[in-house]
Order: sequence, then structure tokens, then C-alpha cells
Amino acid sequence: MKIYKLVVPIVVLAMLLSACGGAQKPNDAEVNLYAWSEYIPQALLEGFTQKTGIKVNYDTYSSNEELMAKLQAGASGYDVIIPSDYTVTILTKQGLLEELDLSKIPNFKNIADDLKKPYFDPENKYSVPYQWGTAALAINTEKVTKPITKYAELWNPEFAQQIVVLDDEREVLGMVLMVLGYDRNTTDPKQLEEAKVKLLELMPNIRLFDSDSPKTALLSGEVSLGLVWNGEAAIAHGENPAIAYVCPEEGCSIWFDNLAIPKGAPHKGVAHYFIDYVLDPEASVLIAQEFPYSNPNAAALELMKTKYPELYKTYMGYEATNPPKDWMARMHPVKDVGDATALWDRVWTEVKGGQ
Amino acid sequence: MSNIQTGKPALTRFSLRKILRENPTAQGLALISPTAIYLLLFMVLPMILVVLLSFMTRGPYGNVVYRVNVQNYARLADPLYLRILVFSLGVGAATTVFTILIGYPLAYFIARTPARHRSFLLFLILLPFWTNFIIRIYAWIMILRTEGFLNSVLLHMGVINVPLNILYTPTAVLIAMVYEFLPFMVLPLYTSLEKIENAQLEAAADLGARPWRTFLRVTLPLSVPGMIAGSILVFIPAMGMFVVPDLMGGAKTILIGNLIRNQFLVSRDWPFGAAASMLLLILTLVFTLLYTRKAGFGEELLV
Amino acid sequence: MSEKKPAFWLRVFAILAYTYIYFPILILIIFSFNTQKINVRWEGFTLHWYDVLFHDSNVLLAVRNTLMIACVSTLVATVIGTLAALALQRYRFPGYTAAESALYIPVIVPEVVMGISLLAFFVMVGLKLGLATIALSHIAFNIPFVTLVVRARLHGFDKSIEEASMDLGANEMTTFWRVTLPTIMPGVLSGALLAFTLSLDDYVITYFTAGPGATTLPLRVFSMVRFAVTPEVNALSTLWVFTIFVVLLASQVIQRRQEHH
Repeated sequence: MKIYKLVVPIVVLAMLLSACGGAQKPNDAEVNLYAWSEYIPQALLEGFTQKTGIKVNYDTYSSNEELMAKLQAGASGYDVIIPSDYTVTILTKQGLLEELDLSKIPNFKNIADDLKKPYFDPENKYSVPYQWGTAALAINTEKVTKPITKYAELWNPEFAQQIVVLDDEREVLGMVLMVLGYDRNTTDPKQLEEAKVKLLELMPNIRLFDSDSPKTALLSGEVSLGLVWNGEAAIAHGENPAIAYVCPEEGCSIWFDNLAIPKGAPHKGVAHYFIDYVLDPEASVLIAQEFPYSNPNAAALELMKTKYPELYKTYMGYEATNPPKDWMARMHPVKDVGDATALWDRVWTEVKGGQ
Repeated sequence: MSNIQTGKPALTRFSLRKILRENPTAQGLALISPTAIYLLLFMVLPMILVVLLSFMTRGPYGNVVYRVNVQNYARLADPLYLRILVFSLGVGAATTVFTILIGYPLAYFIARTPARHRSFLLFLILLPFWTNFIIRIYAWIMILRTEGFLNSVLLHMGVINVPLNILYTPTAVLIAMVYEFLPFMVLPLYTSLEKIENAQLEAAADLGARPWRTFLRVTLPLSVPGMIAGSILVFIPAMGMFVVPDLMGGAKTILIGNLIRNQFLVSRDWPFGAAASMLLLILTLVFTLLYTRKAGFGEELLV
Repeated sequence: MSEKKPAFWLRVFAILAYTYIYFPILILIIFSFNTQKINVRWEGFTLHWYDVLFHDSNVLLAVRNTLMIACVSTLVATVIGTLAALALQRYRFPGYTAAESALYIPVIVPEVVMGISLLAFFVMVGLKLGLATIALSHIAFNIPFVTLVVRARLHGFDKSIEEASMDLGANEMTTFWRVTLPTIMPGVLSGALLAFTLSLDDYVITYFTAGPGATTLPLRVFSMVRFAVTPEVNALSTLWVFTIFVVLLASQVIQRRQEHH
């Protein structure tokens, strides 16, 4: 017993010292990736390390706002980040992104032409596309036999406690605004007030809000349909082919995720090299294999057609990964609403806090 | 050593030890100083930052602009936020009540078992909490959902005809909240109950008191410090909790925890979030100090 | 407390309570053998995820980090917190109320706020984010829990034993180590246990104070929620619980053996 008393403090002291020694040593043989969780295949990272000998540290966040919160609070040390469209806008305006040297990213040519030069970064000065996708209606056709073409049908009393929606004010209120025929990025208080009333009417039908994994509720039978991300619908579809994905007549949501380098990144050169590697067709196919979003890399899709035909068939055959052209006309992205953010937040709080 | 250099008489060093030995105030200060210094650095200073933040303004991009403004506090004076605060208080209170109802008999049981078993039984209560939080909650979801374990068993046994709708209702939230907070009530209660002297209980019995009377008049009052500690450790965090209500309740309501989190991680209005946090902080601090003082928690004096 | 065997109904209640506590754990363990990757429905039995776990260097690194941080923060918080409990329960000094209030701050403040304030503080001070900053944050929120539990133990502490010890010639230090500490040990250990548990599973505060490459298990698991919390996590938790349970059982058996001598 006595020896034990001595051993414990010594062991702990040793741990303390080793924990202190774990402080960051500047190391040129590594790159710090800060990205969405479950978004970059481990195989891709390992492939990069094998090819270059450079270690990749992959830290994660689960929303653009978390990314912005950390960057704005001054946290640094990251080399590559993956912001969404409106986030690129905000970060650019705040001067928090490094300018890209596209000459160091020759694989940029692989990106589909209509996805280059997006509205939020017309010269690709700060970002290059990573993945893109949509948020729309996923329907379990085993439970909902009649075809649904409009979001307005969600308000139908037969769907009481049968709906899942994203826990995201921009997506849900945006959807309601589209149903009312308004701009999904409106800053008009009157329109938002209308949307609030309309959304409150939908509440009895909403079984749960879930941005992380709405597919679970769909697959476990808790809900029959809902507003979900395309990736979620695709995974659900993989488990249950009866899950359909539809962009209703009123419109639906589109998003673009991009690779970027935050200002003050410690390994800028390596960061560029890493981004170029990700845009390589083989690497891009790895992403498509593991995470079923929409892939902007045209060269990767060509490669899939010849080398991975099954994957190509699945990818092209489902609307969640390969939306039909006629959807594009009614797909609207999220745009930063600036000062009206407080108003949006207020409406959302009133809807949820009104019980 | 130092007396030659400083010119002070050797008596000074001796006096310091003497002071510590004889002066209770000095002793108290010495004991509290590590905590005080540590918390000053890593709690008080950061919190001062938050206070300052609550008087700042939100910039157009969700950043913080150093322009003083009291609008954030004015915004809080609104029935909507009051409603949210009251609802959160309710969640905290319900969780506390049920953790006492379940935790007290459990703590009492452990305190009454032979001493050699007690640590084992306590460890058994904590062991599940060394699994990961998320999968614990997912396990509850698997148990309580419509096609989940509970419903399957009950349907199969014929106890019910239609699946019980528990998941995504307040009941499910309460079940999981009590589950997560039970150790915080049991542990302090146990330490209080375990201390109760056998002699006291025997004395009561000798004086003719029946077991229930002994419990009400001797055991219960003596376990009050444990109940207070447990109530604080359960009520306050439970009030600010939002992960469990979101996962088990379907994120259909906004509690004060959601509200604050949303300010920091969704609408990126940090000053407003800081103001809301300040409000919560002051409220609970006042409540806690009143509660512990009234129940005589801090009344031990070294004579 | 009395060593009479607890009443029948009390034992029944305890069994029900432990069932309540362990039922989800049982489900969790069962689903560590599920073939379905997204782990929503039971599809079949496999040991595949245990294999994945042993080859997953990321997760194993996260486990190591988590344990290290938990041990360090528990030790420091327990020592500091016990001293503080003694100070608050037995003495009066200038700044008493301030100290007591400061101790409640970590319990009261929402984790998001504490996380962000610590992040801002570390950045301001110029401390690089990493494992050390996580540990420092954990110590901060662990101290009050230890203090509160030990205080509950100290309340009503009979000082006559200490006085007797001093009358018999022992000085303060000896009295403390030989008399006071053993008596409050259940409180100290309970506090330490609580602190360790809190640190092990902390997510929000760790999230904000972690730096590139410094990842803990909760961070790793939470990040998996978006896609699927695969049975690998269940496997990890199962092994963890199983190991500790075996250790506990073994220590119980050893204790029994010792008593029979």
C-alpha cells in the first residue's frame, strides 16, 4: 500500500511533464487541415502522406459558424479550411483569407466549367470548389405512396408528427419563405413575420429538428419525409432504395463548399500543394466513394465512368448526387443577411420558444 | 540566512510560521490561495472578458466591434426570453426532483451496505459514464423510439396494442436527463449519509423512536448538506443543458442553453450571447448563495 | 453508518435503479457487434468493428490524450479543491464570499460561454492552443465539483478527534494526514471520481480550447455524428467498461481475500 502511494504521484508527475512537452513544435513536414467532420476520406489523407511524406492533422467543425467563431476569435495554426459559399463572402470581407496562387494548383482545370468562377468568388481568388449539393425533400415512398411535388403539402394534417426538418433557421425559414413566394434570403421584417406564422402552423407535423443525421429518423421509421441534405438522402437511399429525393416546385436550396487558406497559415506552400492533390481525379473519386455529395470535378467523373462504372451508375442515377438540369433554375443558395441576422434569430427563437 | 542581507531580525521567519500556526485567518487564506489564484486566472479573467463583451456591438459580419452599447441587455427585457428562462428553470427543477427521488434511496442503500462493498457500488454508478455521452444517448433513443426496444417488448408481451410515443416528448427528455445527472446527486448524498454516526441512530432507537421517525428526525436532517450539494450540481447544469433536450426531445423547444449557444454558434451575435449569459450567471449565483446560506451550509466556524 | 443489512424494499429499489443505469449500456454493448455501419437497426453479428478499432490510430491517439488530460486535471483539481473546501468550511477570512462565488462560476456558466471566454483568454495571453490548454480548462471546471463534494463531507465534522490528536502531542501536519484526511477521504475520492468522469467526457469546452492536432475522444466521436457513429465507438466503450469492471471485480476479490487473513 505504501509503495502504491508513492508510485501514483510519480506517474502522474511524469504525465504532467509529458503533457507540457506536447506543445506545438513548428514542423514543416505537416499541414493543418480544419474542415467539416466526415468530409475527407482517411484514404485521401494517407495517400497524400505517402506521396509527399507530409503529415496531415485533421481537425473538425460541424458548421460554418463554428469555423467562423474560431477564426474570428483569433485561433490560428490552420492551413486549409473548407468554408461554404456565404462563409467565403464573409471571411473575404473581413480579410481572413489568403489569396490563392492558382499557378500552384494546376489541377484546378479539372473542375467543371460551370462551377468555376462562382458568384461568391468570381475570380477564384480565395477558393476552389470542393463538393457541392442541395437541401430538399426526402420521401420514404413506402410510407408516402402519393407523389409530393410541393413543399406546401407538408402542412397536410395527414403528416402529423411525420416530418423531420434540419435544425437550421436559414434552411427551414428559407423553405417557408419559398412556399410563400418570397426570397429565401429576405431581410424584410413583414415577410419574416409571415414566415413565422406559417412555420408555427407546421410545428404539429414536425416530429424533430435534426441537422446532424436526419437520415436516422427516416431509416428507423420515426418519420416518413423531411427536409434534409442531399448527402443524408443519398446515404439513406443506399440503405433503403425507397427513399426518393425531390426538389419541389417552390424551389430548394443549393450550397457550395470550397477549399481555402486562412490568413496567416503557417504552411502556405504545402497548403497549395494539398489543395492541388485534392483536385486530382483519383483523389476526388475517393471522396465520391465515401461521401455521397455532388462532385464538381469533371475529370473525376470521367474517370469514374471508365474505372468505377458501378459507382458512376449510382452517382448519376440518383437526384441527390446528380440533380436534373431543370432543378437548377429553382435552386437558391444561402446568402449572408448581415444585420438582419438578429431578426432571423428572433423569429426562430419565437417559433421554438413559443410552446 | 536572510537576516544578514535584509537586516531583519531572525525572529521574522519564526513569526511567519507562528502566524500560520496560530492565526486562523492566515490559515484560511493559505488554504484558499491555490484555488483563488487558479480561478482568478482561468475563470475570473475570462469571465471579465465576457462581461466586457456583453457591452460591445455585433459587427456586420458577426465579428465584434468595440463600440460600447447597452442594447443587448435592453433586448433581454422581453417576455419571450422570460418564458424561455422559466421553462429552463422547470427542466432543471424537474431533473433535480427526480434525481433526488431515485438517488436518495440509492445513496441510502449504499451507505447501509457493509463498508467493504461501498466503493464498488459507487464505482458501479459511475462506470457507465466512462462510456461516450453520444452513444449513451443513442442507446436511449434505440430503447424509447417507436420501433425501439421498449415498444417491441411491450407489444410482443401484449401489454400495449399501439406503440408508446415516448421519444421526442418531454418524458424522454426527463428520463435521459435524470440518467445523466444521477451520479451528481448520489455521490454528495452518499458522502453525507455515510457520515451519520451509528451512535446517533442507536440513541434515537434507545429513546423509543421507530425506524421511520429516526429517519425523519435524525437521518434526513443530517443528510441535508449532501442534498444541497447534489441539488446545486444537478439543478444549475441541468438548467443550462441543451444537448440532451435536443437529442431526446427533437430540438423542438428553445431552452436558455440553446439561446446562448445559438448566439455564439449560429447568429454569431456574441455580445448578445454574452449579455444573456451574464443574466443567467447573476440569477443562478444569487439563488445559489441564498440557498446555501439559508440551509446553513457555510456556517462552520473554527473556534 | 449502520452495518445492519438494508431493508428488503431498499434492496429491490437498488436493483431497479442499477437496471435503469445499466440497461442503455447493455444496448450499447450489443450494438457494438452490429454489421450495419450507420448503426440504426440491428442487421447482424460481427466482430469487425473491434478489428477496425485496433487499427484506428486516430482513435487510439484520442484515447491516450483523453486519459492523460483526465488524470492530470483530476489530480490537480482534487488537491486544490480539497484545500479550498477546508478553507471554506472551517475558516473565515477577507474575501470569503468572493472566493465562494468564484467557485460557483464554472458550475453556473454555460459551457459554450466558458469555452469561448477561455479561447479568447488564451489567444489574448498568447498561449498556443493544444493539449495543455485543454488540461488547464479542465482543471478550472473540475475544482468546484471537488470542493462542493468535500464540503458536504466536512459539514458537521467532529473536531474533537482532531483536538484529541493535538492534545496527544501531534502537530497540525500529522493531525491532518493521520486524522483529518482519512476521515474526509470518502468525500475527496468521490470528488476526484466526479472530476475524472467530467473530464473524460467533456466536449464543448475541450472543443474551443483544442488546437491543431490535439484531439480527444469526445471531439472525435462528436465529429462522427454527421455521417454515422459507427459501432467502432460502441466497441471502444464496451472494452473500456469491460476492462474497468474486471479491474474493480478483481480488487473486490483481492480485498475479500485480504480480509480472510
